[in-house]
Amino acid sequence: MATDAAGLGRRRAAVFVAPALLLVAGFLVLPALWTIYLGATDYQLTGLAAADPQFTGLDNARRALDEDEFTHSLGLTLQFVVGSAVLGQALLGFTIAWLLRDRTGPLRRLVEALVLLAWILPSSVVAFLWIALLDRDGGTLNTLLGSGNTAWLVEHPMASIIVFNIWRGTAFSMMLYAAALGTVPPSQLETARLAGASAWQQLRDVVLPLIRGHVLTNLLLISLWTFNDFTPFLLTGGGPGDATETLPVFIYNTALFGGELGYGAALSVLMLLINLVIALVYTRLLRAREKAAS
Amino acid sequence: MTPGQAVRTVLRYASLSLLLAFFALPLLWLAFAPFDRAPQIAVSLPEFTLDNFRDLLDNENALRSLRNSLLLAAGTGAVVVTLSALAAYALSRVRLPGRDALLYALLLLSSIVTGTAAMVPLFNLAYELDLIDSQLGVILVLSGGLLPSAIFILKDFTDATPRSYEESARVFGASPLQIMRHIVVPVIRPGLATIGVWAVAQVWGNFLIPFLLLRSPDKSPAAVVMYTFYTEGGQPDLALISTFSLLYSLPVVLMFLLVSSRYGFRFHGGIKR
Repeated sequence: MATDAAGLGRRRAAVFVAPALLLVAGFLVLPALWTIYLGATDYQLTGLAAADPQFTGLDNARRALDEDEFTHSLGLTLQFVVGSAVLGQALLGFTIAWLLRDRTGPLRRLVEALVLLAWILPSSVVAFLWIALLDRDGGTLNTLLGSGNTAWLVEHPMASIIVFNIWRGTAFSMMLYAAALGTVPPSQLETARLAGASAWQQLRDVVLPLIRGHVLTNLLLISLWTFNDFTPFLLTGGGPGDATETLPVFIYNTALFGGELGYGAALSVLMLLINLVIALVYTRLLRAREKAAS
Repeated sequence: MTPGQAVRTVLRYASLSLLLAFFALPLLWLAFAPFDRAPQIAVSLPEFTLDNFRDLLDNENALRSLRNSLLLAAGTGAVVVTLSALAAYALSRVRLPGRDALLYALLLLSSIVTGTAAMVPLFNLAYELDLIDSQLGVILVLSGGLLPSAIFILKDFTDATPRSYEESARVFGASPLQIMRHIVVPVIRPGLATIGVWAVAQVWGNFLIPFLLLRSPDKSPAAVVMYTFYTEGGQPDLALISTFSLLYSLPVVLMFLLVSSRYGFRFHGGIKR
């Protein structure tokens, strides 16, 4: 309960909160609202429309939905999110947590350390490590597989950034599922085992129902993070052509590189809406689960 | 051991080895290349030397970018820790109208309005405020994005601390600011440390915001400068890149080890029940 032990008083409390709120209002809320406004104009970085942008209403949004570029980019982003986050990071993270669940000692620490290292290194560094790994002339992967001069980032660009992102982000899911598995009472697993349940049946009938809340929270967070991830830009720059131009990269290339600020802002608004939909869907599922539980 | 159990044990170790190989493979280059006399793009056992580090310490360009990273990270860390501590304490102890709704709305907003979705107006805003090519601009933008989560986490810490210390200090005539400085801050220090480390790590690796807002190379942080090492055409300088990468990665790894040894880096019982 809020009891004002230090005798702060409402006025002084407001003074304490004000600086943080001002920064958040200025650099988070205002840009969000500004995006919505700009998205309804023909604002450009240079030229006539830079000096005097005109209000064009929903024209930008209509243009985005009509042009193949946007739907192409959205499709790539969905592949990226489903492939690398929902299927990749979540499944791999759970598998690691499950394999290591009742194990201590150096093997567990080594696996955890390597997975975590991939997660905490700066993105510019890991991007270069992967460029070196996948390089056409003498990259480590080609040397190992004996696959000659395969230019992985050119010939299999989407697969490359999906595998890259699985490698990069699995740590979070691993830690979350390790904690979740710790909340499963051993007695319930023991009972299932005595009743003759196989490992797979224990997993399906005992463990998964108990940790469904964790699974949903995990999927929500990694979906949002992956959806907004700019790191593929460091590997491929969106290329070759537009083969890996996920939405964040597409917006960067359109707005800042191509100078079409108004159109770029409209794309950002569409992206915000999709973010909101993802968040709402998962919150719904979570709430439905809580209701079913009570 | 039954044959079934034996097969399962073998499978388990095989999958663990595969996992180890997958996660270790890209990292090997970072471990070997900096110490190699003539680093190649492929991983090879190094012909050991420390010359690359000597060269790096003579490279003013590279060192300046690390100093810039340090400035941005320390600046943002200081702003985020100070402002979020003040706000979290006030929100924890005084019931301001609409507090919980406000906190949740901001948290949702900060996770949704990421730098990528608000790129264009952030650029415009910085332009209007004359903060293009200003490190202060980068610090303010990053702080605005990190503050909601920081306040949220710190409020949990302050909610959990007993109020009796503050009450007795007040009886002896301490002012609210004195109470804050001498009683509240020491009590919630682990929380402040967590927020500080988290903010510094976020800024240290951030590429997009400085890439967007800074123009001159001598103000850019390591994340951006490193990117130019290998995109400016021609042959990338592998000795420089590998050595720089290692030096640039070291602080976050050390910070991470410090935090995990002092506070434990696990989710106890999970984020959400």
